[in-house]
Amino acid sequence: MNTFKIGGVHPEPNKLTADRKIETLALPKQAVFPLSQHIGAPAVPCVQKGDTVRVGTRIAEPGGFMSASIHSSVSGKVAKIDTIVDASGLRKPAIFIDVEGDEWEPSIDRSEKLVLQSTKSREEIIECIKNAGIVGMGGACFPTHVKLCPPKECTIDTLIINAVECEPYLTADHRLMLEHPDEIIIGIKVILKVLGIDRAVIGVEANKPDAIELLKSKTSMVSGIEVMPLQMKYPQGGEKQLIEAVTGRQVPPPPALPANVGCVVQNVGTVFAIYEAVMKNKPLFERIVTVTGKRVKNPCNLRVRMGTPVSQLLEYAGGMPEDTGKLISGGPMMGRPLLDDTAPVVKGTSGVLLIPEKEAARREERNCIRCAKCVQACPMGLEPYLLATASESQDWECAEENWIMSCIECGCCQSTCPSRRPLLDWVRLAKNRVGGIIRARNAKK
Amino acid sequence: MTFILTAVLVLGVTGLVLGLVLYAVSRKFKVEEDPRVGQITELLPGANCGGCGFPGCAAFAAACVKADSMDGLKCTVCKSEVMQQIADITGHTVEVGVEKIAVVRCNGSCQNRPRPRTYDGARSCAVAAMMNGGETGCFFGCLGCGDCVKACKFDAITMDPETGLPVVDQDKCTACGACAKACPRHIIELRNKNKLDRRVYVSCVNQDKGPVAKKACDAACIGCGKCVKACPFEAITLENNLAYIDFEKCRLCRKCVDECPQHSIMAVNFPPKREPAAQPQVEAPVTEAAPVTQETESTENN
Amino acid sequence: MAQKLYITTSPHVHCGDTIERNMRWVIWALMPALLASFYVFGLGAMIVTGTSVLSCLFFEWFITKFILKRPSTLGDLSAVITGILLAFNLPSNLPIYMIVIGALVAIGIGKMAFGGLGNNPFNPALVGRVFLLISFPAKMTSWPVPAGFATSYIDAQTGATPLNLIGQIAGGNTAAADQLPGLGDLFLGNIGGCIGEVSTLLLLVGFIILLCSKTITWHIPVSILGTVAVLTGLMWLINPVLYVNPLYHLCSGGLMLGAIFMATDYVTSPMTPKGMVWYGIGIGFLTVVIRYFGSYPEGMSFAILLMNAVTPLINNWCKPKRFGEAVK
Repeated sequence: MNTFKIGGVHPEPNKLTADRKIETLALPKQAVFPLSQHIGAPAVPCVQKGDTVRVGTRIAEPGGFMSASIHSSVSGKVAKIDTIVDASGLRKPAIFIDVEGDEWEPSIDRSEKLVLQSTKSREEIIECIKNAGIVGMGGACFPTHVKLCPPKECTIDTLIINAVECEPYLTADHRLMLEHPDEIIIGIKVILKVLGIDRAVIGVEANKPDAIELLKSKTSMVSGIEVMPLQMKYPQGGEKQLIEAVTGRQVPPPPALPANVGCVVQNVGTVFAIYEAVMKNKPLFERIVTVTGKRVKNPCNLRVRMGTPVSQLLEYAGGMPEDTGKLISGGPMMGRPLLDDTAPVVKGTSGVLLIPEKEAARREERNCIRCAKCVQACPMGLEPYLLATASESQDWECAEENWIMSCIECGCCQSTCPSRRPLLDWVRLAKNRVGGIIRARNAKK
Repeated sequence: MTFILTAVLVLGVTGLVLGLVLYAVSRKFKVEEDPRVGQITELLPGANCGGCGFPGCAAFAAACVKADSMDGLKCTVCKSEVMQQIADITGHTVEVGVEKIAVVRCNGSCQNRPRPRTYDGARSCAVAAMMNGGETGCFFGCLGCGDCVKACKFDAITMDPETGLPVVDQDKCTACGACAKACPRHIIELRNKNKLDRRVYVSCVNQDKGPVAKKACDAACIGCGKCVKACPFEAITLENNLAYIDFEKCRLCRKCVDECPQHSIMAVNFPPKREPAAQPQVEAPVTEAAPVTQETESTENN
Repeated sequence: MAQKLYITTSPHVHCGDTIERNMRWVIWALMPALLASFYVFGLGAMIVTGTSVLSCLFFEWFITKFILKRPSTLGDLSAVITGILLAFNLPSNLPIYMIVIGALVAIGIGKMAFGGLGNNPFNPALVGRVFLLISFPAKMTSWPVPAGFATSYIDAQTGATPLNLIGQIAGGNTAAADQLPGLGDLFLGNIGGCIGEVSTLLLLVGFIILLCSKTITWHIPVSILGTVAVLTGLMWLINPVLYVNPLYHLCSGGLMLGAIFMATDYVTSPMTPKGMVWYGIGIGFLTVVIRYFGSYPEGMSFAILLMNAVTPLINNWCKPKRFGEAVK
């Protein structure tokens, strides 16, 4: 079975919710939509306080090419445009909507029926995806319409569907594949049409045999779509790692893109959203969220309207256990800590994870014993111990010389360090600073 | 005998030859250095703090000698007499600058600012600031990991374990600005030292709206603007829900201190007020006593 | 929300590895050879090992408590390993005071003077051993011959080790070849030598334990042994009368012990696979050179210390293969 070559670790999978059907969460009383849910410029509100909106009404427009619009997931009145502490941990502007009823935009096709064909042209599809505000659903939230328009000089030959879900605990993509395989396959065909190619590979890790079986049987009659089981290893879901696992090609260091090696990678969640946008005319306003944790009473996979506060998801899952030490949006390896449970679900929220206090507290940091385990674990072939030390002593030059900008922040180094050093904390700082230095240098030129 | 003689001769000749080589090389590669650079370097503190913008004291000295005037060249650490001496050496004139000092503009002690979370990552403000608000509800204030303490080359900043805030030792502070640069929240500002080290400043940088700021911290500036109205010299401006006292315009009248409902305006090193106190004035000493304990203590020495 | 949450950036989970776990595995891996040494050298081996471990622990405790005034670092077990490894490198009839001096040098100068575990440039046990070797050369190079479970300690019968003989042969005394023990005895450890270096078999068992517990990787031991085998094999092919079969080299002296336990010391070995291989080749080369051309019969300790000194340079030169580098 294929996998990527350099480094990688094997965290405990803990997929507690792999056999829990997707359930639909009730509407919130008030939904909150932060204006920057994606990489790039924040969206610009196009509603005002007091406006009435329906489900699917656009409430914010893209703030630039690299941006995405935001749609209301509820019907009701705009209560205010204020600030809220979202999953990034920062206070950011957001639109607050008081929920009244559940009235949808009439243009949305709410039937269960599969729509197989579309008469839309390539440009129309891209416009449709852009209007639906679709971003990468794996967590990075890169605007999808940008990703589907690769630079002219690159020839794309493979579309890779990221169904790896290598993060422990999370099962949102897994359940989506089991419950909506047909929609995903139609979505893949739509993307193939946009890219003008005829080869797609669905990369699935071997710990989801049911999904592999199902997708294989569904694609057996479809030419051009291949399901590729991959050996389990974190961070296989990383774009670069996945491309290497599937095609054997290595994406050169930044600023090179996957398109430089002829690949476009899309998450299954994104593919499903594309299906809904193109075939059902439904913008992106709900997503599957895994609510999980070792002490959670009722861990589950939920279909959640965006803007629902995390507290409501936790309530559904049986409340927050007494000994919770950490509340995380996303998975345990790359997720972001939530400051409290008032943060709303946004486009990139793939899971809500509760970690018991005993596991949450970090152990005391010790001297580096130079065991080189971080070097062995790093999937990018970097030396995390060196980068962290350089960062601590503010030696940005050394960090840059040692390829710090290649770091994908997967956390392998820190999760293996026997001395419990906060390697990634430091590496992230250095990456931030070196990135600034490089931008300043380029601006000068 | 000949044995000893040979040894002496061989070693002697080797020594001589090597000495000649050394001499020749030193002549050939001699670097002409302006003697004034050495003189100036000797005057400088030698801490290589970088406050002047040069990589070290020697580099600053070299720059002084090269420059046509002393504009923009200032050792932040040296007293003005020393700068005068340097100017005498280079033959330029120097403007006597105003002495400054680092001021910590946050009063979010453990008492004033509840800490509903525990920050457990790398002990560095820069790292903590990159992630999010840190332990408190205030997204602007001190993170308490002590980057400023680490940055200070003169041991002038220490963390007060009780308040969790940095304290500037005004006798040691040289206003080199290293702490201000190190602080990711830009809390530390270089302000005029003033006569008798008296200073009035807003000890808060929170730009949130009043209710949000007040909820996060009892000592937060809520942007009510009372101080702006109270100031007879138009030294106070209100921007982004935050009052700021321009230290160039402030005449240290302390009218704003009594007005502030949040006691976020600090007046340090003033003698206690004499006139019988009205209601707000009673509270004034409370603000004085608050974060800068060392500074208030030294009032007695003045 | 009543709970006080922790906030940190990702990752939020850890594989559970600790310094102690790694150190414990090294100790487990040393056990087979340690027990064998008790069998081969008897009481002497026990006294030397016990003294060495206890004095290493004592000095570490003393230095952290009274000189550095830091919390005790005894818990990380690294002092125990230093103690065992130091004992492994000593003859079983060494007087106690010398062992204590060795431990003081190993812990005090070898490790704590640089700031404790993680900061020492040289392998502490080897620093202690080499110090003793230079200070007390006579005592350090008279090795008791195996005598079943001997109860004698200081006055144990001593004899030449295979390495002495190999050196003599290479020096032209080809008659010494008759005295060489059989390869089987060498492999099992029924020969004279330092405490821990005699049984190749049980040291290899230790190597397997280290590999299986993922405490070390194969790179360093394999490259050292490979280099020694290739170099001595070449010389053997050139002149089989003067130079012995490479298997004798692999099985005799401190080579196995050094390659498996001393050279792989985390702190003093390079960080990247490529660097580890170069480091191993360097040690193997220096060992062979010292064994055949140096004045000491065994060159492993010096070879490792010399390569320890080069480790920072190796770290600078040998970078791991970066992702996407080849495509450039």
